[in-house]
Amino acid sequence: MSKKLYVARCPRIAARKLGEETLVMAAQGSTLFTLNPTATILWQAADGVTALGDIVERHICSEFEVNLEEAIRDAEAMAQDLARHGILVISEEPIASRNSPAQEQRR
Amino acid sequence: MPGLAAQIERYSVVIAIGDVAVRLNTIDADFLQLLHKRYAGFVSAEAQAEFDFDVELLPSTFRSPDVDLSVTLRSGRWVLDRGDFFAEWEPVARRGIIRQTANPYSIDAVLRIMHTLVLAKQGGFLLHSASAIRNGKAFLFAGVSGAGKTTISRLAPMDATLLTDEISYVRKRDKDKDYVAFGTPFTGELAKLGENCSAPVAALFLLAQGAENRIEPVAAAEAGRGLLANMLFFAEDQELVHWAFKAACDFVDRVPVYRLTFVPDARVWELIT
Repeated sequence: MSKKLYVARCPRIAARKLGEETLVMAAQGSTLFTLNPTATILWQAADGVTALGDIVERHICSEFEVNLEEAIRDAEAMAQDLARHGILVISEEPIASRNSPAQEQRR
Repeated sequence: MPGLAAQIERYSVVIAIGDVAVRLNTIDADFLQLLHKRYAGFVSAEAQAEFDFDVELLPSTFRSPDVDLSVTLRSGRWVLDRGDFFAEWEPVARRGIIRQTANPYSIDAVLRIMHTLVLAKQGGFLLHSASAIRNGKAFLFAGVSGAGKTTISRLAPMDATLLTDEISYVRKRDKDKDYVAFGTPFTGELAKLGENCSAPVAALFLLAQGAENRIEPVAAAEAGRGLLANMLFFAEDQELVHWAFKAACDFVDRVPVYRLTFVPDARVWELIT
């Protein structure tokens, strides 16, 4: 990994953590996505100012027994996938806070 | 000058579904009769209504029925447009107009849409599901066409009160945050109007037909997906999408959701008490 990446939740997204998963709905087209437990951790921590590597180290490696570099590679791929669906923003710079906090509630 | 101006008689009927009363005004006595017949059991004797619509009847050559539905918010006014009707509605003024031919299907569609718009911000929704009251509790049976809504309705025992075989009406009760299901006149294959009554929702069943009768709990996210897949939702409005999403998530947080696999015989109702 050469550069730090920052991830932020897209605005205009409705999201709710239900059990270990998160439902995410894009207003445009009312498209519904389900984030698995790992993607949910990434989603919750995607504040735009914490580097993706730091998120993985703090939240994923501490939760699952995984190699850090491998976990970062997987997280980058996951973030790219979420970005393609328009629910996450990726940047090489910290992303200014322009999101309202996602609705989240533990069940 | 008498004789130069003829007074046009105006008829009204108040239709109350889910405790939301809508007055429909028309100058056509035959259409009024049609409305009374179509919504029998849901016609309110109360003169008061939350919403008022003037129905303007147009010739049968109105427009192509194939034009797709669009529901948009323009300058604070909902515009509902489909091949067989055009309606405008001001939520603040609580007034609107409906232009259609003299048929019960168009007005039915307008009422369904209007109710989804009203319910969304209140945390309620219309759902593609049959529903019935048993032992003072309401049960919802959701599924797409062919999933078994009509079958489960047809198999309902004598002690069950059918609320609908097609479109359930769910409202959130602010007082204690629970959910109440109401009867609706929106029918499916059974072509039988639901009873105009209500009860607290005890469970939502996602229907599946199989080789045996079985009830299994459904994980929260799957429950949310199942509910959203069956919710009636028409508008592409961002705020409304968020309200509908929130309504679905709040509901599955509060109400148990199960998968109900059943064979089409009456014993399935032994599981629903």
